Amino acid sequence: MSYTIALAGNPNCGKTTLFNALTGASQRVGNWPGVTIDKKVGKIHGTDSELVDLPGIYSMSPYSPEEIVSRNFIIDEKPDALINIVDATNLERNLFLTLQLLDMGTPMVVALNMMDMVEAAGDKIDIDGLSKDLGVPVVPISAAKKIGINDLVNKITEVAESHQKPAPSRFSGTFESAIVAAEGALKGKVPEDSIRFYAIKLLEGDKDVIEKAPQAREQIASAIDAFEKEYDDSADSIIADSRYDRIAEVVGSTVKRAPRDEKGTLSDRIDRIVTNRWLGIPIFIAIIALIYFIAMYDGAWGTSPGAWATGWLNDWFGELGENVAAWCEDNAVEPWLTGLLVDGIIGGVGAVLGFLPQMIVLFLCLVILEEIGYMARVAFVMDRVFRYFGLSGKSFIPLLVGTGCGIPGVMASRTIESESDRRITAMTVTFMPCGAKLPVIAMIAGALFGGSVLVGIYAYVLGICTVILTGVIMKKLKRFAGTPAPFIMELPPYHAPQLFNVAKAVFDRAWAFVKKAGTIILLSAILIWFLCNYDFSLNMVESINDSILKWVGDGLKYLFIPLGWGDNWEFSIASITGLVAKENLIATMGTMFGIEEISDEGEEIWDILATMLGSAGAISFLTFNLLCAPCFAAIGAMHRELGTWKSTGFAVAWQCVIAYLISVIVYVVYGSIVGAQIETISYVLCIINIAVLVYLVWARDPFRQLNKSVEEEVE
Amino acid sequence: MKTLKEAAIGSTVKVIKIHGEGALKRHIMDMGITKGCSIYVRKVAPLGDPVEITLRGYELSLRKEYAEMVEVE
Repeated sequence: MSYTIALAGNPNCGKTTLFNALTGASQRVGNWPGVTIDKKVGKIHGTDSELVDLPGIYSMSPYSPEEIVSRNFIIDEKPDALINIVDATNLERNLFLTLQLLDMGTPMVVALNMMDMVEAAGDKIDIDGLSKDLGVPVVPISAAKKIGINDLVNKITEVAESHQKPAPSRFSGTFESAIVAAEGALKGKVPEDSIRFYAIKLLEGDKDVIEKAPQAREQIASAIDAFEKEYDDSADSIIADSRYDRIAEVVGSTVKRAPRDEKGTLSDRIDRIVTNRWLGIPIFIAIIALIYFIAMYDGAWGTSPGAWATGWLNDWFGELGENVAAWCEDNAVEPWLTGLLVDGIIGGVGAVLGFLPQMIVLFLCLVILEEIGYMARVAFVMDRVFRYFGLSGKSFIPLLVGTGCGIPGVMASRTIESESDRRITAMTVTFMPCGAKLPVIAMIAGALFGGSVLVGIYAYVLGICTVILTGVIMKKLKRFAGTPAPFIMELPPYHAPQLFNVAKAVFDRAWAFVKKAGTIILLSAILIWFLCNYDFSLNMVESINDSILKWVGDGLKYLFIPLGWGDNWEFSIASITGLVAKENLIATMGTMFGIEEISDEGEEIWDILATMLGSAGAISFLTFNLLCAPCFAAIGAMHRELGTWKSTGFAVAWQCVIAYLISVIVYVVYGSIVGAQIETISYVLCIINIAVLVYLVWARDPFRQLNKSVEEEVE
Repeated sequence: MKTLKEAAIGSTVKVIKIHGEGALKRHIMDMGITKGCSIYVRKVAPLGDPVEITLRGYELSLRKEYAEMVEVE
């Protein structure tokens, strides 16, 4: 028989390891509807049953998206059985979720994980006693060492077959009678199987349940009063207290702890150094520097593995393009087809896929940090710095990765638990100057600033300031930020990374990226190629100066006059082709200014830029291109993290608007300092822009109307 | 009223009551900070906030603004 089995448990209890051990390579990764939380499904080895991995949660209170997803799945999809994985080394807190799951009336087995570590510590757990006390089968396992997995599979199949429901734990006195009263009031209004779960939620004042049965709460008002009075506390506190009291009883009678080492566990000793008052931040900086040197560094001291592999793959794509072009010529292939293949497809997709090796190296580092438990410490150490601009301590890592390449940067934001922090981070990462923007920075620095290193420093400071500015503003926008999750976070014990988990996580992310490159990025690259190479009568053109894109540029240039780009269509077009890959805009300008072969940093057009833009126009051109919509690949990555095209569109529009606002200000301020000739419109816009930004930063609720409509929508 | 925020580092305190309401209070209780539970204040982050505590055999970190909601003996 094939059953649907759900896997539920706390974060950091070995759930992923158990899921991998049970399903192996048969997994499919998707998204839960409406949220950007991975949904993993796989077939359990040796059976026809399907295992659904629920997000890691601490409780069934419906506050975080993870909790809502889990709760809805168990209630609405009615899995045949539930595996509740419990960390035996952290039994008390883990059993809190167990008690809530028992109330839901789904056939269930408790998988008592990390038993090897319990035994190593010399502790003893009375499995039969625990099973009897909880009223549900308990199977001791070690997911990491693959011990007890077969027993678990047999047990869960048996339970699913027999529909054997767990016995929910009973409480004493007025509390239990209030539950019974609530059950009576809810009868017929909620699914019979999980009535006890609903009854307790009704006592807690759970909004969803009150909505389902509006009169029920009034009917039992006197019962709630009675037991709130008896305990002299609010109902939700009493319920949480009673559950933990019950757990203390169960643990007290079934667990025998061996005396602990005075110095604490190895994990304690590591943590004493890693999050030390004085060493915490230096160690953090050292680890970040190490990642940078493994994945991204390419300079005087050599080339990092990540940068080397990416350089190699980029060269390979370059050669592939040349070979295909040569082959096409030999075989008299139509020029348009050659162009499409070489410039459109290989050029466009190659520019993006070339970053894959670097991404894999970066992900490898990040996944290992996550696996060993260091990421939680990063949040602990850095939280103080980031909270002020609506980001979590963990936002630092994506932002840093973003200085190498925005795509892994955006994707790295997935390790941030809080949805609002994750979204804000995902949409601000690309403000950082990535590797592909460096040639553009070098070009502007070389053309107008004598190659001054200050231009590079400006780019990074600009990126950081814009991230902060955006964070502060976004935090006020409910639609995008959602409710902020409180920083109350478990610091899991350090442990060695599981090889399979690391490989699987890296592969999943890399594959998601390749899929994007094969679809949306491919289409976008072809579109831009078409616009560059065809005129309106769909004839292929000799030069970009006759293309459809030139026509677009002629229209767009007026938009950029206040930014000091002058009456030149070329710069708006260059910015558009930068959407395929930022370094592309140099090659595009080369073509437009009639240079045959342009170098990486565009030395050939430095003089042209200097006369056409002037220093103020050049710095504004650079500013706009650093901040505006990133390349298509990064937009694709943003879509993956933000979930909907609506949110992604909003993010891209936001980036373009903020780029525009800031570029005008930079142009006018810098232009005034160097005495450039500035149009009146620029002055006017500059003052308006400053006023708008100041208002958005200082006003407490600048999006009042917007926020209101969202609240109504939610209600 | 003494709160968890004021508890000295290295001290062990006993929880009397959780103040506040809604999601935040629930989350604090879900993580095991409930009446009668004893909490060891382990350390404070390098920049002075958040704090790290040990309770029910595991490590938890929380910002001081939330620690203030926990009344202790």
